[in-house]
Amino acid sequence: MQFPILSVIVFLPIAAGLLILLMPAGRKTEIRVTALAASVAAVLLSAWAYLSYDLAAGGYQFIEKVPWLPFLGISYHLGADGMSIPLVLLTGVVMLTGVLISWGVDDRPREFFAFLFILATGVFGVFVSLDLFLLFFFYEIAVFPMYLLISIWGWKVTREYAAMKLTLYLFIGSVFALVGALAMYFQSGLNTFDMLELEKAGFSAGFQQLWFPFVFFGFAVLGGIFPFHNWSPDGHVAAPTAVSMFHAGVLMKLGAFAALRVGIMLLPEGAQYWKWLILGLATVNVVYGAFIAMVQTDFKYVIGFSSVSHMGLVMLGFSTLTKEGMVGAGMQMFSHGVMTALFFAVVGMVYDRAHTRQIPELGGFSRVMPWPAVAFVLGGLVSMGMPGLSGFAAEFPIFMGVWRVQPWVAIFSAIAIVITAAYIIRVIGRVFFGPMPEHFAHGDHAVGDVNVLDKVAIVVICVLMVAIGVYPQIMAPLVESGVQNILRLVGGA
Amino acid sequence: MTTETLIWLLPLPPLAAFALIVLFTNRSKALSHSIAVAAALLSWLGSMAVFIQAIGVEHLGEHPFHSVLEWLPVGDKPFEIGVLVDPLSAVTLFFVGWTVLMIFIYSVGYHNFGQPAGDHDHPGLPPHGATVHGHTVPSVEPMYSRFFAFIALFAFGMYTLVVSDNLLTLFVGWEIMGLCSYLLIGFWFAKPSARAAAIKAFMTTRVGDVFMLMGVAYLYAATGTLSFREIFFNEEVLKHLAETPALGGFLGFSAAGLIGVLLFIGTIGKSAQWPLHVWLPDAMEGPTPVSAMIHAATMVSAGVYMVIRMFPLLSAGWEEGGPLTPAMTAMAFIGALTALFAATIALAQNDIKRVLAYSTISQLGYMIAALGIGAYVAAAFHLVTHAFFKALLFLGSGSVIHGVEHGVLHTGNHKVDPQDMFNMGGLRKKMPVTFWTFLIGGFALSGFPFVTAGFWSKDEILADAFANNLPVFLVLALSALLTAFYTMRQITLTFLGEPRTKEAAHAQETPWTMTLPLVVLSVFAIGYGWVGIPEGLTGGAIPNWFHEFVAGTLPEHLPVLEFNILPMLFSIVIALTGLGCGYYVYRNVKAGDPDPLQKPLGMVYDWLKNKYYFDQLYDRIFIQPSIWVSEVFTTLWVDRGLIDGILHGVARISYSVGGILRNDFDLPVINQFIGDGSAKVVRSAGFELRKVQTGRIQQYMVAAVVFAVGALAFFLLR
Repeated sequence: MQFPILSVIVFLPIAAGLLILLMPAGRKTEIRVTALAASVAAVLLSAWAYLSYDLAAGGYQFIEKVPWLPFLGISYHLGADGMSIPLVLLTGVVMLTGVLISWGVDDRPREFFAFLFILATGVFGVFVSLDLFLLFFFYEIAVFPMYLLISIWGWKVTREYAAMKLTLYLFIGSVFALVGALAMYFQSGLNTFDMLELEKAGFSAGFQQLWFPFVFFGFAVLGGIFPFHNWSPDGHVAAPTAVSMFHAGVLMKLGAFAALRVGIMLLPEGAQYWKWLILGLATVNVVYGAFIAMVQTDFKYVIGFSSVSHMGLVMLGFSTLTKEGMVGAGMQMFSHGVMTALFFAVVGMVYDRAHTRQIPELGGFSRVMPWPAVAFVLGGLVSMGMPGLSGFAAEFPIFMGVWRVQPWVAIFSAIAIVITAAYIIRVIGRVFFGPMPEHFAHGDHAVGDVNVLDKVAIVVICVLMVAIGVYPQIMAPLVESGVQNILRLVGGA
Repeated sequence: MTTETLIWLLPLPPLAAFALIVLFTNRSKALSHSIAVAAALLSWLGSMAVFIQAIGVEHLGEHPFHSVLEWLPVGDKPFEIGVLVDPLSAVTLFFVGWTVLMIFIYSVGYHNFGQPAGDHDHPGLPPHGATVHGHTVPSVEPMYSRFFAFIALFAFGMYTLVVSDNLLTLFVGWEIMGLCSYLLIGFWFAKPSARAAAIKAFMTTRVGDVFMLMGVAYLYAATGTLSFREIFFNEEVLKHLAETPALGGFLGFSAAGLIGVLLFIGTIGKSAQWPLHVWLPDAMEGPTPVSAMIHAATMVSAGVYMVIRMFPLLSAGWEEGGPLTPAMTAMAFIGALTALFAATIALAQNDIKRVLAYSTISQLGYMIAALGIGAYVAAAFHLVTHAFFKALLFLGSGSVIHGVEHGVLHTGNHKVDPQDMFNMGGLRKKMPVTFWTFLIGGFALSGFPFVTAGFWSKDEILADAFANNLPVFLVLALSALLTAFYTMRQITLTFLGEPRTKEAAHAQETPWTMTLPLVVLSVFAIGYGWVGIPEGLTGGAIPNWFHEFVAGTLPEHLPVLEFNILPMLFSIVIALTGLGCGYYVYRNVKAGDPDPLQKPLGMVYDWLKNKYYFDQLYDRIFIQPSIWVSEVFTTLWVDRGLIDGILHGVARISYSVGGILRNDFDLPVINQFIGDGSAKVVRSAGFELRKVQTGRIQQYMVAAVVFAVGALAFFLLR
């Protein structure tokens, strides 16, 4: 039997989490080291899976299939294609960097890392599930720990509100998606939840058009689609650093990915029918998020709303149903994932030292913490779509694709490019340059540099952003093969 | 090594220099500048080698050096990166190589290499001088290495842009330069004005970039390729583009017209044409080598280079003598307008670098206007000569400022602005090399007849305009007059007469690292014109090499303009008149005198001085509204008002629905009526029934009898 790489990746975090829970609460160093070891293992395994994906063969690989509840047609069915394998890698990277950044969490680190790892298992699971029921199962595992992580370790001012808002939004969204999924199950008459079977079920056009919005928007809530984006900036801000990184870095991708896999791939005619609505809403996302980000005074809200804007680009790419647009969207999921994880990491580093996130109260941080400053500038350039960095390799094809479908949308959403530059430059100028307030520079609360673990995390992410930007060949062909598969279903070019 | 490989390698030395300096040699000043200058030298060497190879190839336009690599495999055809050297890129490489190398060498002296570190210098502020043996001497720039890293990256961007074979690679170089301009204009980031200028430059050019990106997207959607040669050397594609109506039938444009206009807006931003010109004068906040870099060697030239490169598309559907295409009309109009408009502002500026900044905008307007009326070769020619003499002028002005700063350090009076020309005068004796080279540059800019390069290139534009488009000719001729006037104003105020301040009297010639580039560039500011002398003038004795070579870039052959002595006489008269008037008006300005133009011009002078109030206008109509949209409309009204309002409303309703259910239904109805109520009924029924249960047999018997009778009656009477 072939080595079950995907199962190992999926269950490694939860196993590590349980192991951590068994350790005495006081042995914090051991707990951290265990967490680090697990995340290193996860990143290596996912990188191995990424590299050993056979591009020439294409399709789903590393398949594992075991009947689970045969009388309901539920099986334990895993597999990865070109669309999901970069996201698996992304999750591994965010997991590793998240653990590195969270080294200083001192309040019940045992439970913190355990919940974080349960969440990671859920995320990995969704990306590689080929069974609809299994996908939902992992989806809920991914969403549930979020509530605890935010409401226990979050920012005291808004954590209960934000945790509740987030959980309600996501659960309500998933209920809609579940209803849609059940409709598919009964309609197909195949007595199976296997997505590869359901792809071939041949649902009627009317059925697809009716149920597509349920499934797509149900999941897209987690992708932050307008007007259901509102939970996300509040959630980001209230969450502790590593959770924000997970949240914006991978959880939002989870929504977009599930919307793609269940919505667009299983109900392609529905996607064709509704693509104008998605296109419209995503455009609003892109522009609207950028505008709001521009005027936030809270550093973390700026990044929160920038995620709304950038996830809009992912949805925009999907909605084109063209090859350029969808490849761009796939690249954007990865690029935005690492970029935003970096952003939240840096925000966390600043906040840990300054104890405020109000931009007007900050300044001059590049002098005391040059590494995060340079990294943030690099991330900022990624988010502006500067050539040579991953953002450009993602956004350029998206705009090309959107123009083919509807030029006016491309023109309108291009406003966001300017606004993005404006808010990024503003934050960089205010927080990292300019004069530093006296009490940060001297005295008891003087701000110090970040530690070596933080630097490692930063460097890992920066290397990825640059590598993909300079040489997109390391990811684009993978994503392209995944997109080919989707377009075959959609019946596009 | 094949020429193609060499071209691939051209942009890389500066990039490597950038990486090396940032990662390793940041602490060593000497090592950093050596790496940067060596990189510039390598790229220069490569450029010259490529240039020499290029001029040796017959029909280079049809068989250019060309090589492509796959970059991003999406779509039916992957996006490619590639290099191309045809005649246009060859001549561009020539001037880029020279100017970049000169600017790099100059920067060593400009940033006071070899001087001690300043007493109170901070990174992010210009050096203030150091005290050595009781004397104040210039101090070395605190972020010396960083400067060389950034300009190396800048050079990388420009080389990439010049050798690119398609719009995608070109856009890559384009954006890298946008980033570098931000980094370098804001190099002294502790100065608020520098920060503001950097942001302004970046944002304004970004607006242009977005339109350009749209043009690129449109072009890709329409043709499926971004390669120059696949589009321009394909009659059918061009014809198709020229005949397809633009999307939405926009103003009756053809697709080619709209794409052309969109791309041209990118140039408007990059080359600081009206109405996106506002960033360029403020960009003077950066160190002077940066100004030379931006204004001559790289960024603004890149904007013009792009439209020259795209000319076949911009002019698709145009025939010699026929009506202009929309993009050409836009270029002719905006170019001519900008040429005149910027020249008028330059009249009233006192900062030596700002005058040059406006003259740059004005000269770029010439090139754009020339292209707009179809004078392809003239535009390219002026691009090259302008790059040489404007780099010379900027470096010269930096040398002047440096000299006067020396005087400022000597007197210790830091209130004297070393850039204000009214604080100068008489510098010709103190700084002879700077004076003579600046004079050459200034005369080239004014179009001083026959000896300067600027004369020949400007004359070619004017001759083309004279033949094809009289209104454009008149506007450009008037601007040429103003140009000569303000240039002489600048030279007179700076170098002639007597020193107006003590600081100017104590100015000092700058070191050889700064003067050598001036001398080299002035050779080109004179000599480069001779490769493009109209054959009609000399009767073919000297071939017009430039025209023959560059015209070969285009697939169809451009006719050589019939020589006409009239516009040439015009140019001569205009240049000499302007120079003469400039000298006459400013020859006797004494210390503390106002500008002699101030009184006669009155109100107009204030308008010019304040640059027609464009900054204030843009603040009103663009910046304030977009802040309002983000702060009030999206954030307060939609996000927190509408969306959160609905959300909280739903929460409140569900909450009160819960309350209502509890208080008005659950408690009264369920509890009291059904829950408690049924209990009560049973209980009270029990109470009532208890009364019946008396325990007396007689009463039971009576009841039984009554019941029996009743029942009997019921059955019988039924």
